[in-house]
Order: sequence, then C-alpha cells, then structure tokens
Amino acid sequence: MLVYFLRRLALTVPTFIALMFVTFVAIRLVPGDPVEVRVGEHGISPERLVYFRHQLGLDLPVWRQFLDYCWKLLHADFGVSLSTNQKVLTEFLTLFPATIELSVCAMLFAVAIGVPAGAVAAVKRGSVYDQGLMTVSLFGYSMPIFWWGLLLIMFVSVQHEWLPVSGRIDLINYYFDQPTGFMLIDSLLSGEDGAFLDAVRHLVLPAIVLGTVPLGVIARMTRSSMLEVLSEDYVRTARAKGLSPFRVIGVHALRNALLPVVTVIGLMVSSLLAGAVLTETIFSWPGVGHWLIESISRRDYPALQGGVMLVSTVVIGVNLVVDLVYGAINPRIRHGR
Amino acid sequence: MKSLVFASLGLAALLAGMPAATAKTLVYCSEGSPENFTPALNTTGTSFDAARPVYDRLTEFKRGTTEVIPGLAESWDIADGGKTITFHLRKGVKFHGVKDFTPTRDFNSDDVLFSINRQWKEDNPYNKVSGGKYDYFNDMDMPASIDSVTKTDDYTVVLKLKEPNTPILANFAMDFMAIGSAEYADFLLKKGTPEQFDQTPVGTGPFYFVAYQKDSVIRFKKNPDHNFGEKALVDDLVFAITPDATARYAKLKAGECHINGYPRPADVAEMEKDASLTVVHEPGLNIAYWAFNMTKPPFDKLEVRQALSMAIDRDAIIKDVYLGAGVKAKTLIPPTMWSFDDKIVDIPYDPEKAKATLAAAGVKTPLDIDLWYQPVQRPYNPNGKRIGEMMQADLAKIGVNAKLVTFEWGEYRKRLQNAESDTGQMGWTGDNGDPDNFFFLLGCPDGKPAGNNIPKWCNAEFNDLLAKARSISDQAERAKLYARMQEIEHDEQPELLIAHSIVYEATRANVEGYKQSPLGTHAFQGVDVK
Amino acid sequence: MAADVALPAVSSEEAAEVLAQPTPLAAFWAAFRENHGAVFGLVVISTIALIAIFANFIAPHSPIEQFRDAVRAPPIWESGGTWRYALGTDGDGHDTLSRLIYGARVSLFIGLSVMSVSFVVGVVLGLLAASVGSLVDVVITRVMDLIMAVPSLVMAILVVAVLGPSLANTIVAVTIVYLPRYVRLVRASALGELTKDYVTAARVAGVGPLRLMVSTVLPNCLAPLIVQAALGVSDAILEAAGLGFLGLGAQAPTPEWGTMLADSREFIRSDPWIVALPGLAILIAVVAINLTGDGLRDALDPRMRRT
Repeated sequence: MLVYFLRRLALTVPTFIALMFVTFVAIRLVPGDPVEVRVGEHGISPERLVYFRHQLGLDLPVWRQFLDYCWKLLHADFGVSLSTNQKVLTEFLTLFPATIELSVCAMLFAVAIGVPAGAVAAVKRGSVYDQGLMTVSLFGYSMPIFWWGLLLIMFVSVQHEWLPVSGRIDLINYYFDQPTGFMLIDSLLSGEDGAFLDAVRHLVLPAIVLGTVPLGVIARMTRSSMLEVLSEDYVRTARAKGLSPFRVIGVHALRNALLPVVTVIGLMVSSLLAGAVLTETIFSWPGVGHWLIESISRRDYPALQGGVMLVSTVVIGVNLVVDLVYGAINPRIRHGR
Repeated sequence: MKSLVFASLGLAALLAGMPAATAKTLVYCSEGSPENFTPALNTTGTSFDAARPVYDRLTEFKRGTTEVIPGLAESWDIADGGKTITFHLRKGVKFHGVKDFTPTRDFNSDDVLFSINRQWKEDNPYNKVSGGKYDYFNDMDMPASIDSVTKTDDYTVVLKLKEPNTPILANFAMDFMAIGSAEYADFLLKKGTPEQFDQTPVGTGPFYFVAYQKDSVIRFKKNPDHNFGEKALVDDLVFAITPDATARYAKLKAGECHINGYPRPADVAEMEKDASLTVVHEPGLNIAYWAFNMTKPPFDKLEVRQALSMAIDRDAIIKDVYLGAGVKAKTLIPPTMWSFDDKIVDIPYDPEKAKATLAAAGVKTPLDIDLWYQPVQRPYNPNGKRIGEMMQADLAKIGVNAKLVTFEWGEYRKRLQNAESDTGQMGWTGDNGDPDNFFFLLGCPDGKPAGNNIPKWCNAEFNDLLAKARSISDQAERAKLYARMQEIEHDEQPELLIAHSIVYEATRANVEGYKQSPLGTHAFQGVDVK
Repeated sequence: MAADVALPAVSSEEAAEVLAQPTPLAAFWAAFRENHGAVFGLVVISTIALIAIFANFIAPHSPIEQFRDAVRAPPIWESGGTWRYALGTDGDGHDTLSRLIYGARVSLFIGLSVMSVSFVVGVVLGLLAASVGSLVDVVITRVMDLIMAVPSLVMAILVVAVLGPSLANTIVAVTIVYLPRYVRLVRASALGELTKDYVTAARVAGVGPLRLMVSTVLPNCLAPLIVQAALGVSDAILEAAGLGFLGLGAQAPTPEWGTMLADSREFIRSDPWIVALPGLAILIAVVAINLTGDGLRDALDPRMRRT
C-alpha cells in the first residue's frame, strides 16, 4: 500500500515541475509591462519605472527570474500580490474556504438528489420515470451554468425576492468573527439568532447553479452503474435467496454501484473549480475563482501565477487522494499494471 | 392573581413588539476591494473610498464641491509671494485606538511631518513599506514643488515651496495627503510589523476602522470624538463589496444597501421611475478628447484640425457609446468647474463645411490617417473602440480614411506621449478640482511640450497665463486668466474635445444628506438614514 | 452422426438471406434509429447546422448592423413587438434573431474546429504514446496530466490572457483544454489493442509500425473516439460560451452566443428576453449534440446498449 502511495506521489512531481514552468512562461508572455499597465493618464517617470521594475525583479535575466520563482515555490512562497501587497498564499487561504464551502454544498446537492434518482431510475428501467430522469439529467449537464444562474436570479430574486442573489450573509444584521472561514460553521459558532439560516439562504442559489452539471452526471452514472450491478449474478442470487428487494437494492447493489460514482466525484474537483469561477462571478461570491479573474484584469501576475499553481495543486491533491482511496478499495488497481 | 399574570404577559408582549433601539447602519455597495488602507499608496477610487472614512486631511474639499476649506489645519498664512505657507493646526483632535494601540497624545505637527516624509524622503523608515509606491505624491509634482516642510511648534507647520503654487492647497485636500498617526507608526515599527499600518488604519476621521473581510465587507463605526467639520450621523458604516453591477442594483432595490456609487447607465431609467430610490447625477471632473499630433503634417495646419473636428458627430457618440451619460465638451473643463467659460461657441458638426475646409487647406482626398483608440475603459471613455469606429465612419464621409490602431494600455499611453500617433484618443480625470490640474495638460514648461501634452502644442500666451494663474491666489483673477486660456485653446484646436462623462449615483429614498462629489469620491459623514 | 439430426428444409434463397449480414453502417443506423431521443437530437442539430450554413439567406438583417432607432425593441410576443425584429433587439440595436442565426454559425464553427484539431492532434499524440512508449509516452502523458490538473476554464483564461481575446484564440484555448481527453482515450484504446493477437499477427506478417497503428489499431479504437468527438463539440461550445461570457472570447460585434449573454446582463430586469434567448440557443444546441452523441455511443457499442 505504501509503495503504491509513494509511486503515485512520485508521478505527480514531474507534473508540478511542468506546471511551474508553464505558469511562469505564460505569465511572462502576457502582453504589457506589469508596471506600465497599472499607471494611469499621469504616466510614470523613467526613473520610477526603472525602480519599480527592479523591485519586481524584472530587470534580471529571465532564467534567473525562473530560478528565483522555483526556489520560492519550494519554500511555499508564492510571491506577493501586486495590488494588495499581501502574500499570495495568505490571500488564497483567506478566500479558499468560501470556494470549498460552495463546492461542497453543490456536490451535496448533486449527490443527495442524483444518487437516489439514478438508483430509482435503474430499478424502474424503461419507465416514464426513467425516461424523464434521463432527459432531465441530460439537460443538467448540457446547461450553460452562467445562463442558468442568471435565469434563477431573474425568477427568484428579481420577480419574487425569495432568496438573496449575492454575498454570503446579510451584512447589516449579522457581524461575527470568522475563525474558520466557512460561513455555515462560523454562523453556528457565533450563536447569533438566525445567522445560520441566513447563511444557508445565501448558499441555496449558488449551490444549485454549481451543482446542476454534477447532478446530471451523477444521476446518469448512478443509473448505468446500478444497471450493471443489478444484472450481476450475485444480485440474482440474493433475490433468489429471498432477500427483500429493498435490502438487495439498497444494501448490496447500491454499495457496489457507488464505487465508480465515488471516483467520478473525486475527479470532478477540476470541473467544480472551473464552474466555481463562473458561479462566483455571477453571485459576487468572494472565493478564489472570482479572485483569479480579478487578477487577470488587474494584471496582478504574482497573484495569477500563484493562484493557478495553488488551484492546480488542490486538483492534483484531490485526485491523488481519490486514487489512493480507490486503490485501497480495489486491490486489483494497486497491483495491476 | 390571574389578572396580574395577564398583565405581565401583556406588558411582555408589548415590550417584545416594540422595536428595540438598534444601531443605525448605513450600507454602501462598493464595486471592488481596496488594495490597502493607506491612500498614499493607491491610485484607484475604490481604494480611496475604503480608506477615506478613517482619515482627515490638512485641507478638505467642502463635501459635494471642489471648494477648499480648512480641515486639520484651522487656518493658513501665505507669505513670501506665495512661496511660504504656514499651517495652523487644530487642537484637541484625537486619533482612533485599535486593538493593541491606544494613542497617548492628540494630533500635532509630528503627524503631518510623518505623513509627508513617508512619501517624500527615502530615508524615512516607512518609505519602503508595503511596496513604497507613492504615485499621487509624485504625479502631483510634490517633490518638485516642495523645498522644505518643518514644524515650528506642536501646532504649526511651515511649508516652503520652490515656486509659488496656489493649487497646492487643493493637493493637500486630496486623498494621498491623509494624515496618519506618527505614534502608531512608531508603535508598529517597534513591534516589528510596520505593514500593519496599511492594513489596520488609524486616523482622526469621522469613522474608525473595525474590520475588513477580504472581497466581502469592510466595517466602520462612528467616531464619537470627531469634533470638527461634518460628523458621522450613523452608528455603523458598512461597505458591502459587490463587484457585479446587477447584484448592486438588486441589493439597492431590496434595501440591503443604501447607496450605489456605480449604477449601470442602462438601469438608470428604471431607477428613476422607482419611488423608493433617488438618482443623482452631474458631469464628472473629466474630459475625453481626440488629439492631433501637431508635429506631423498636415495636422500642423489649423484648417485641417478644424475640418477633422467638424466631421465628427459627437451627439451620436454620446447617445450610442455614453448611452446619454455624457455632455458634449466645448472646453477642457466641465461646466461644474469654476472658471468655465460658457461664452465659448462650440465647433459645429458640419461634414459639408469640413470637406470644404479640408480642400481649402490644400489637402488632397482621400487622406490616410491613423486613429488610435483606447483599449481599456476609462471614466471619461466607456468604449474607445466603438468611438473609434463611429469616428472612422464619420471621417470616411469627408474623404478621410482612418485606420484604427491600438496597443496595450501602458504601451498605448507611452507611445501617445511620445508623439507616435497621427491622431489619438486620450482623456483626463481631474485630481483636485483646480483648473490648473486640467490646463497644465497643454502646457510647455521650459518651451518643451509636457509629457501629457499629446498634441505637442506650444502657445506662448497660453503658457504665460498658465504660470501666472499658478502664482496668484485671488480666485476671480485666476478665473479671468483661465477664461482667456479656454479661448486660445478653442481657437487653435489642438484636439477635438469630445465629452465629459456624466456620473450617476443612486441611493435609497430614505437616505438624507448624501452629496455627489465632482471628484468621483464617496463620503459618508453628514449622511443619515431615516 | 450428421444424419441423426434432422434439420428443417431450407431453400437456398432463404439461406442466403439469413446468412447475409447487414453492413456495419446499416447495422449502426438500425440501432441508432431505435433511440428516439438520438434521432430527435440529430434532427435538431442538423437543422441548426443548416441554419448556420444558410444564415445569409435566412437571417432578416445583418447581425452587426445597429438599428439606432430600435434599441431594446421588444420581441413579437410582448406589447410593442413587431415582425421586423421578431425576437427584439439588444442594447446596441442589433436584431436578436439575426444574431442568434449567425451565432449558430460561430458556435458550430468553434465546436467543429476544436473537435477536428483536438481529434487529429489527439490521435497522433495518443498513437505515438502507445506505440513508441518509454520517454515519449511519459512526456506526453505528463503534459496531458498537467493540462488536466488546471481547471478547464482557468487554463482557457490563462491561454487567452497570453494570446489576447478573440475568436481564433478561443479556439486555441479550448482545444488545448480538451486535448487530453482525446489523447488519453486513443492511448488507452491503442494500448489495449496492442496486446491483442491480431496485432501480433500483423507484426509478424511484417506490417510496418506506422501502417500498423493507422490501418490496424486505429480503426478499432474509433468507436469511443467518435463518441468523444461528438460530445466534444458540445463541450467546446459550452466552454467557448463561458469564455465569451467572461468577455474573453470573440469580441463585439461578432455574434457569439456567450458574448451576447455577457452583454445582456445589464438588461436582466428591464428586457429579460435579451438574457433568455442566447442561453436558450446554447442549451438547445448542446442538448441536441449530447442526445446525438448518446445515440452514437449506444449504437456503436453494443455492450453499452444494454444500459
């Protein structure tokens, strides 16, 4: 098991190196001088231009800049944001909980609805319900979520004002410390009346929007996985033994059907983060997706560089964990080719 | 017994039903996150707005105007032909306390010296902190203008200038001259965390800083010790950071924020119809222009410049690109600024006359020129590309083929200032409300065009008046000089003045006392929520 | 004994009929046809394609012409709507119907370009990785892992930031993002095929490696590849629309559905149809392609047809 883990870990190293190289090169290729582009109509005197380029290390030869960059990365120094002068890592860690919270809730939404729906569809295969579910889930993962978000905002908030459309909590009535950065947890910890409920209300729309595509995918995957399992011999045996259908389906079949679904969930981290970028933009959700987009328009190169590295690290990390879990569950993978 | 129980229950119910005396909160829907809380380090309105509630300055702009009034300096004397300004500082002004730090003394000259020297002197311990970039201090030519700043006692600061410069008093009212606490600075330096100075601000202002949650919310509370000028009328001030304009409107409509400083022009019509909202607007302190490079023929000929100017339909541009949120410009400064000369007759839109004038100047059509357009949105130019396209179409009608060119913003500005274009779009946003801050754009110090002088136009009379207006302090006299300068500029037509953008702001109808600032800043003292 | 088993008497014509296998194409089509959803999807996407091809003849106006006197005109079902601008106009006075029609052309163009380039490059890289093996394989796989490690939209944004926002660069960015899927698919299929007997047999027979990969191995990997290609078109359209929505895709006045959505956001309260229609177009196109792709998958792979 340990060997497997180490082997998988070792395989991520070249990916990291390539990532460092690519982000460095890409950012350097973005047109525009990082100092000049942030100057307004006043312009900037040549002396000050030279001074600030020197400060950013831009007057060093490119290979020196790259080595400095790699060296700092290995010490977990992702640089300092050009706009706020704060460490990029600190900014990322401040904003990441918001994105995690949104993504987790979106995934919960997708799983809580998708798995049972898909399982039922598999059991009632060919029925109207099955066809209906397949159609709905198809629409789910075909949905342009930026449009879906706008539609929901239009109906829910503009027309009827049932749910809030931006932010994480009502700022007028609630003010509490945020020790964890997760609004749901912090609101409970604060003990303020109604804060938790308000946080939930703010999460509903963004989580639905972000979770729509995973919902479609998970429902379908569960269905096809269940269908495979239901036709297996051991299920027929269980049925023949006289076990109640509920036990057969709920306990035996579902458990085995869920395996591929679990791996799919893990692999969805990447697409969840991509979706988070769009969702955070629409709902003014203060997470890393929104921060990355801002960094581009602000030409904040260190933030963009560091942000892409950190986000990719998270994806690689989660994929590694999923691989390990899958390897633990399924020994064939561990020892196989 | 029963009646007593009922009575107490009734009383309890009554009390429960009564609205509790809650703190009054004013919520401002902010369009972005601040970079830090020290205005000297910033250039964006977003960052300035976020820090302003906490600070005062030596002089202030009377809220809603560009008139300079006393601030932390109660009064000042100008001597020596305008080269020495002595500030008499207000007594009994207290700084805020934050976690760990409680001020032990009132505001005095040391704080003024610190705030200036941090930006000016490279040997100041705070000069390099948090990036060390003091753009406005340098751009407003403070290092070039100031000879020395000294204190004669705890409440008197003497400023010696190299040349007489009346507008500098307006500079002291600008955000970058916010006065910070020298004591707080020393405290943090000893603690080893000077960067905190720019993250947790301490000032003398009408509000004090409570907390900032990145990209989410900034909180301030009323400073009860603020004893001069306008005071905070609400107990809590909250900046709800909402980058999406649609979300800002939704929040304003729902009453989740009280003031929206940047509504979308497309939403304004609907907002104006809404009885629960109040919409205010005025021309911003800005100008968008199309400059002709007078070092390149045929733009050195006045008739050619006039012809090209007459060919452009500016009304259509204002309608389509500014969506009506603009006013056609006939002089450099907007109508709201003092010394604006309304007597100037604007250049007409007359394609026929333009064609004739062009021919009379001896220019053969088709004439090929390049037209540089701004690649990014600016406060005075919502869409440089579209304006460029409309101009291109207008110019084609008089036989001029304009090729559209652009570069990345930094590159664009640099090349334009290096006179590389034939014609180019540019603009300007006023910093301090003084006409000099606009007219200097066309100046020629020492006979050479200033960097910002895009047309590279040098007129001796214009320059003399520019220098003279800087040296006298009587506003009426200065206005006369600026009026004459506007005439000269109009007659010579070095650039086509396109428009001043109109700035809209929206508040809830129950917000009282909010005044729109011509400088585009948002201030919340003196604002109440009913 | 052969004589003990009594076979029913069969004429030679009947026998021929029974023995004649349907051609693979006919078999495929028969299977595809069974899936009503897939057929429906195919019909819809073909219609969209036809609309895109004949846009010049179908669209009532030019998509970039601005009707300054009819800005934000309502569509036909609202009061004040006219047939001149059947689906209304947007904030700049462009006719929405014409822009939607030409937008189909833009989106399909993007989808097909991305799909074809990633298909070709993906096949080449995948076959290379599978056949040459060792260092080439490692490098290719690692690069693909790298691309997959960065979330798709973030990667696309990075590419666009470097190259500048435009239609062409959108295609480049989205191609890079979706390339790994093709490469992995081809590589995995090819690796699977390479262990099979018929490949060994061909090798022994002296078939050169290039011919081996292209003529022998590749056709057997085609089934999942075609399905991926079909579904890849819809993915590309969605991704490109996402970029357009963020303002990083095709620039105005090019009528791309995602960019139209971005421009429409300010009218979400005042003129909701400007928001609803472009997104609806994207949804319909993507659903149709996905239905077709599903049908393709079910028809091509009999094993999967069961489910």
